[in-house]
Amino acid sequence: MERRFSPVLFCALSFGIAVLYIPILVLIAYSFNASPLVSLWGGFTTEWYTKLIHNRQVLEAALLSLEVAVCASTVAVMLGTLAAISLVRFTRFPGRLLLTGMVNAPLVMPEVITGITQLLLFVSMLQMLSWPHRGFTTIVIAHVAFCSAYVTVTVQSRLQTADRSLEEAAMDLGSSPARAFLEITLPIIAPALISSWLLSFTLSLDDLVISSFVSGPGASTLPMVIYSKVKLGVSPDVNALASLIICLVGGCVIGAGILMRRAERQRLLEVQQAERG
Amino acid sequence: MRLIERPGRWLIILPPLLFLIVFFLIPFAFAFKISLAETAPRVPPFTDILTHTADHHWHLSISLGNYRYLLTDEVYGYAYLYSLRTAFFSTLICLALGYPMAYAISRASKSTQSILLLIIILPFWTSFLLRVYALEGIIRDNGIINILLLRWGIISHPIQIMRTSLAVYLGIIYSYLPFMVLPLFATLEKLDGTLLEAAADLGSPPWRAFLDVTLPQSLPGVIAGSMLVFIPAVGEFVIPSLLGGPDNLMIGRVLWDEFFGNHDWPVASAVAIAFLFLLAGPIALYQYYHVKQLEA
Repeated sequence: MERRFSPVLFCALSFGIAVLYIPILVLIAYSFNASPLVSLWGGFTTEWYTKLIHNRQVLEAALLSLEVAVCASTVAVMLGTLAAISLVRFTRFPGRLLLTGMVNAPLVMPEVITGITQLLLFVSMLQMLSWPHRGFTTIVIAHVAFCSAYVTVTVQSRLQTADRSLEEAAMDLGSSPARAFLEITLPIIAPALISSWLLSFTLSLDDLVISSFVSGPGASTLPMVIYSKVKLGVSPDVNALASLIICLVGGCVIGAGILMRRAERQRLLEVQQAERG
Repeated sequence: MRLIERPGRWLIILPPLLFLIVFFLIPFAFAFKISLAETAPRVPPFTDILTHTADHHWHLSISLGNYRYLLTDEVYGYAYLYSLRTAFFSTLICLALGYPMAYAISRASKSTQSILLLIIILPFWTSFLLRVYALEGIIRDNGIINILLLRWGIISHPIQIMRTSLAVYLGIIYSYLPFMVLPLFATLEKLDGTLLEAAADLGSPPWRAFLDVTLPQSLPGVIAGSMLVFIPAVGEFVIPSLLGGPDNLMIGRVLWDEFFGNHDWPVASAVAIAFLFLLAGPIALYQYYHVKQLEA
């Protein structure tokens, strides 16, 4: 295909990217604004960031959110990968259609529906089994449910393109299927596992609606605290907090992207060398 | 293919299957059950449907009152229609914006492509809630748009965007644009370039080739992207709550208020179940195209 990049296309692309980024850049600029009145520029300050560090409510919520995100994304990667393997490798088993439906539905299901239905499950379970109490556990379970859907889709597409002949060769040479999978296919899908862990982590860190439904009194995640602060009105320290989170997550994503591309290039290079040698 | 014959495969299939059945599917059954109950001043705040009476009989009390209430109270019908309309037009605008973007990316060189994709995906990774909040900083009465327009003398007093339908539209388009671009790109990237060349060789003008070749081939992407925007947008809560005014009642917000404001769990459940039925068609459509795309 020729690289005919018409001016119209170029304008459309630049406009779209500008729409995506301008609000974020303005927000970061505001977070250094000394004037608490948003319309005025009162000079440069880092006062809101210092205020943030001393805000106990925000710090506790951030800690809870991080704990939830680490647990939820780790479990989600395990479950989601198993689901992806099931769907790609086992073409026929009872419940396959059900599993396909259940891993794809959370991608589009409105959060309010997922949130309220899961809450009602937890409440009914608590009545019958005296478990789980609303709070950390229920938030983690709810997050695992929707994160594993994203993991499955990511790993599934990677697994589909993975070359199976190497794995089959290993099995022909007497390796067990499990060992062949662990030693050959796992390294190939590793980038997908890492990126889906990161994706789950950020999705969990960001979730407001589902967490609000399933959490109990006393367990407020960071988005819940931010939401209630924003609802009350503009407070400059939310700008600082938001800028901090956006830069942190953005930096991690870009860093991970670069690392993964480098690893991928390395792997391709080794494959080429092996083929030549 | 030896893996397939082993019973050990159930060790792989069962954990995700059971987890999702228990924590994703069964919750809908509970929501349905509770939508047939009535509110009660206790914890949890609804009546039991099945009770065991003192004389050892099971007593079943089902109430369709919540669903009747949804049909008679105008708020719900209004909110459903408003949500559907808002989501529909936002999806169209996202498509109009996203298609040229995806097309441009698919035409770029491989190295530019990965950078452009990262630029599109990055906002998707950063917080949804925070991006909606960031948008508020732009469109508020004393936000950057009004400041600039006032300074340039285009307007004499601030235009109100916040708490109007326009703000809700802007919010949805801004937040969901990447969801439209990515699936579109995925299909446009796989587009067979030789077909376009053949069309050009046969004397077809570029716009004609686009309509006859590119557009039909990218249809799965158009549908997947549209559903990825439309379905969550119908149920959107954060955007109408933070950017919209009291008139911009979307169904997600009604459900939230019913639950957190009125503590009416049975009505909130009925809203969720009715809502799910409305969305069943679009969700099935999405699943069909999505699975086809994944397994292609």
